[in-house]
Amino acid sequence: MINVKKSPGDKIIDAVLYLLMTVIILVTLYPFWTQVVISLDGSGAKSAAYSSGLVLFPKEISFGSYSLAFQYDALWSGYWNTIVRTVLGVILAVTFTSITAYPLAKKDLPYNRVFTGIILFTMLFGGGLIPTYLLIKELGMYNTVWALVVPGMISAFNVLIIRNFFRAIPEELEESARVDGAGYSRIFIQIVLPLSKPVLATIALWVGVGHWNAWFDSMIYISDPDNQVLQMVLRKIIIENNTTDLTVLMQNLSNQSDFSGRQLQSTIIMFSIIPMLLIYPFIQKYFVKGVMIGAVKG
Amino acid sequence: MNEIVFKRDRKKWKQYRVLFIMLIPGMIYYLIFHYIPMYGVVLAFKDYRLLEGIMASPWVGFQHFESLFSDPYFYSVLKNTIIISFYKLIFGFPIPILFALLLSEIMSTKFKKVVQTVSYLPHFISWVVFAGIFFTIFSLEGPINSIVQAFGGDAVLFLADDRYFRTILVITSIYQGFGWGSIIYFAAISNIDSQLYEAAIIDGAGRFKRMFYISIPMLLPVISIMLILSMSGVLDAGFDQIFNMYNTQVYSVADIIDTYVYRQGLVEMNYSTATAVGLFKSLVALILIIVVNSIVKLMGQKDHALW
Repeated sequence: MINVKKSPGDKIIDAVLYLLMTVIILVTLYPFWTQVVISLDGSGAKSAAYSSGLVLFPKEISFGSYSLAFQYDALWSGYWNTIVRTVLGVILAVTFTSITAYPLAKKDLPYNRVFTGIILFTMLFGGGLIPTYLLIKELGMYNTVWALVVPGMISAFNVLIIRNFFRAIPEELEESARVDGAGYSRIFIQIVLPLSKPVLATIALWVGVGHWNAWFDSMIYISDPDNQVLQMVLRKIIIENNTTDLTVLMQNLSNQSDFSGRQLQSTIIMFSIIPMLLIYPFIQKYFVKGVMIGAVKG
Repeated sequence: MNEIVFKRDRKKWKQYRVLFIMLIPGMIYYLIFHYIPMYGVVLAFKDYRLLEGIMASPWVGFQHFESLFSDPYFYSVLKNTIIISFYKLIFGFPIPILFALLLSEIMSTKFKKVVQTVSYLPHFISWVVFAGIFFTIFSLEGPINSIVQAFGGDAVLFLADDRYFRTILVITSIYQGFGWGSIIYFAAISNIDSQLYEAAIIDGAGRFKRMFYISIPMLLPVISIMLILSMSGVLDAGFDQIFNMYNTQVYSVADIIDTYVYRQGLVEMNYSTATAVGLFKSLVALILIIVVNSIVKLMGQKDHALW
């Protein structure tokens, strides 16, 4: 854009905009900050977890409630189950979504529109909760990790995104390989997939975050507490207010009775979001790229 | 003649064999995990018996729908669903657009990046976590209540009060989604030809004129597509959020179709009733999206339609 000399009015608007955006940043971060403050506050009964108000900083920093949470076994089994489902879910989703998308990227494939239509229709209509639930049970997936990773494996939306990306790969590349005698499978593995790393990585990230945050399927399909994912461990403590485990834990460590239930809740919230907060700034741009690719109509 | 067609087909089959084979796992997946549940909605017309399974359970016709439509609680749930999603749409839909327009006015790319990064963040955090965080924020001793008290008010149990619950739902859902929702508008704004703005500047158009006469009109196709998409979700008032944040005290204003289906189906084990409610919801969504899309097409805005 060309540079125009700014009028005083423009400068005021600029100042207001910067101020507004700064306020938006602060408001957006504040809820997270409250958890940091509460979880770190070591000032006992006077701590942020008890006292009223708009506490902006911990009065006294202590990692006591973190070391207490470290001894909470369900947290670690939750972590492990979440990691397992995330890794497995990402591998399955990326593999099968790209295998499905590749033939559909070929516009001259017979019945292409029929196959695409079969997939797209699932975006408009579905069986809903109960029929899906009964199906998963009847397939014997109940209480296994498969119930968490298979039902949502190939999302129609992701098929569309990867298909569109495959279509944008110059055809000459594939043609020259075909002249050299390569078949579709070889072209797919040796040419198309390596060239599609950006989109595959984006999808992997999307699916990965989805699995990391998922809880509902774990709630309805997993009955064994040892197989629950991290979000369900959290839910049990925060929402169902099932703090018996924690109370027992706190009683066992009677010398640390200064910690309130709420402080432990905040600490456990921090445990679940710290990995996300750490990697988020680095992966955020790939998510955005994916949304942009997905925005291309077709 | 048939011979020739057959031969041509066989040649095609041979040429595309590998591609068809690649489609097999995906098609099996869609058949099992999407189309079988679609068939499973026949449960809504059956009296489900656990031992007999879906197939063998006896047909009861529209009985479940009849009892549903004569149940006042169903209307209360339907009303809640529509009100909540309507509020979310009215207040939540324009905010990402406004945010994108305002932020794109900021010249410093670094500052812009920071604001964007922060604004997308809540989208990546689950509602379980947010429910926990908002319990603290809206609790009796929380920051909101201490502000209320500083102004001489009385502390309120916001999340257990049916006067405030919906407002909190709308505000927190905007908080969680506005940044992420704005990405698509940023993309559209960055695609606008900068010559348009330059010409406008030469013609003496100020910032607001440029926004009203260039940016907003250029965003209209994206806005209309996003609007169509959100229309289809009018009966999706946000299960994840509500299920994690609600409690029995606010059922009268917070119970929506999806939470009702969950409780009817998986808690009370009334599979058939729950399936009937779910089917009602899916059908309304399907009809809505088809209707809105044809309206857009009829208005001659073919490019703005979904298909």
